[in-house]
Amino acid sequence: MARTQLYQTHLDLGGRMVEFAGWELPVQYPAGPTAEHHAVRNAAGLFDISHMGQIEVQGPDTLDFLQLVQVRDLSRLATHQAAYSLLLYADGGIVDDIFVYHLTDRWLIVVNAANRSKDFAWLQAQSLDFDVTLHDRSDETAMLALQGPRAAAILQTLVTDNLDDMPARTARHVTLTGTEVLIGRTGYTGEDGFELYLPATAAQTIWNCLLDAGRPFGLLPCGLAARDSLRFEACMPLYGHEITADINPLEARLGWTIAWDKEFIGRNALLKTKLEQPTRLLVGFEMVDRAVPREHYPIAVAGQIVGHVTTGMKSPTLDRFLGLGYVPREHAAVGTSLEIIVRGQPKAARIVKRPFYTPRTK
Amino acid sequence: MASHKLDAAAKYAKSHEWVRLEEGVAVVGISDFAQDELSDVVYVDLPEVGETVTAGQEIATVESVKAAEDIIAPVSGVIAEVNSALESTPEIINQRPYDAWFFKITPTAALDEELSRLLSPEEYAAFVEEAG
Repeated sequence: MARTQLYQTHLDLGGRMVEFAGWELPVQYPAGPTAEHHAVRNAAGLFDISHMGQIEVQGPDTLDFLQLVQVRDLSRLATHQAAYSLLLYADGGIVDDIFVYHLTDRWLIVVNAANRSKDFAWLQAQSLDFDVTLHDRSDETAMLALQGPRAAAILQTLVTDNLDDMPARTARHVTLTGTEVLIGRTGYTGEDGFELYLPATAAQTIWNCLLDAGRPFGLLPCGLAARDSLRFEACMPLYGHEITADINPLEARLGWTIAWDKEFIGRNALLKTKLEQPTRLLVGFEMVDRAVPREHYPIAVAGQIVGHVTTGMKSPTLDRFLGLGYVPREHAAVGTSLEIIVRGQPKAARIVKRPFYTPRTK
Repeated sequence: MASHKLDAAAKYAKSHEWVRLEEGVAVVGISDFAQDELSDVVYVDLPEVGETVTAGQEIATVESVKAAEDIIAPVSGVIAEVNSALESTPEIINQRPYDAWFFKITPTAALDEELSRLLSPEEYAAFVEEAG
């Protein structure tokens, strides 16, 4: 199993290590997932997300290549801007969800840890007719997420740049403890915050520096459990759960990412789905009966199993039992009654609006 | 692994419930080790008062951010009382596992024999040590 540069640091902080996508990462620290979750909603949290992959694209054909392999229209993405996007298979299934950064001399694609080799091979295969160079920078890059309403104030104590004039989904280079670091005003929690890309060799120093600077603001180191509950409340999909190779973006309610008026891999299949309408849709639901919905639990309508839960839990912020899952389109309207089969027992639930928690990004 | 607290007055099941006799009634909860393994508890499903239970029977559920686990009756009898405060504030199971009782059982004549099959605090500590 792979370990990030911060493995020993996590152990020293009392992190409870688990396997995730081939990596040994902290699922929680001694404060516990619920306290870590609240810290991010109310103050700040620091996450080691060095397991994520970073792929650089350079060369004269970079924009043409990227327009083909992902769904957003990047011709409108100015330098130092970043965008959420998707890589699709020809049949419309999702290869991965990504963040694309337009940097001065290159583009950066941030991919999920579990998909890193698959994505790189897939991108390589699509790049043969283009004058582009791909580099997998994941091994030499550490990635941290500093998230929460106090994240900017914390980072501001360490950098000379004024962070007030840095909008959401923009990037810039800053100097942190003498090291050049790329920061993006991005994240996966539904809060304002930053993701930091730094040389792996500087991970220890910068992590400690952020932790020390953040303590007076109420910052906690946060593990995978809090990362999952935070993104869940904001209804951000997690690859392997809400999105997979067998699910297309229209089913996953990610149609807003798609630039229909350009060519991209998967477009024809998606156009067909758009025309015929998706047969199933991702919905958010709230339990009416007391019960905890969990991944893979069947969803039934009038006694018939029609789908399954992709993520479910007690929402720490909203203090309600909530879930995401797929149901046929005809049962996907807000207000529809569902039954979640919880350990063999049908429990009443009803479809509610997504997101459960409205993101408070800058 | 941090060491876990024990209640010297309780006996323990290998499935991590504790049972304490209070005025002839068997009070049941889960051990400090169990709550720590579970992580933050978010939900409990308690039995009905008046329900007859047999030692070894799954009669309640505790769910955490991590998993759902069955609570097994350590002794036989009738459910005399349930701690419904756990439904609204399950976090007290993490905070004070030996105060956060789940239910009380009015035991049967088999009580002494059933208790003798459970672990003493020392035996349970050794069992957890071995398992961990």
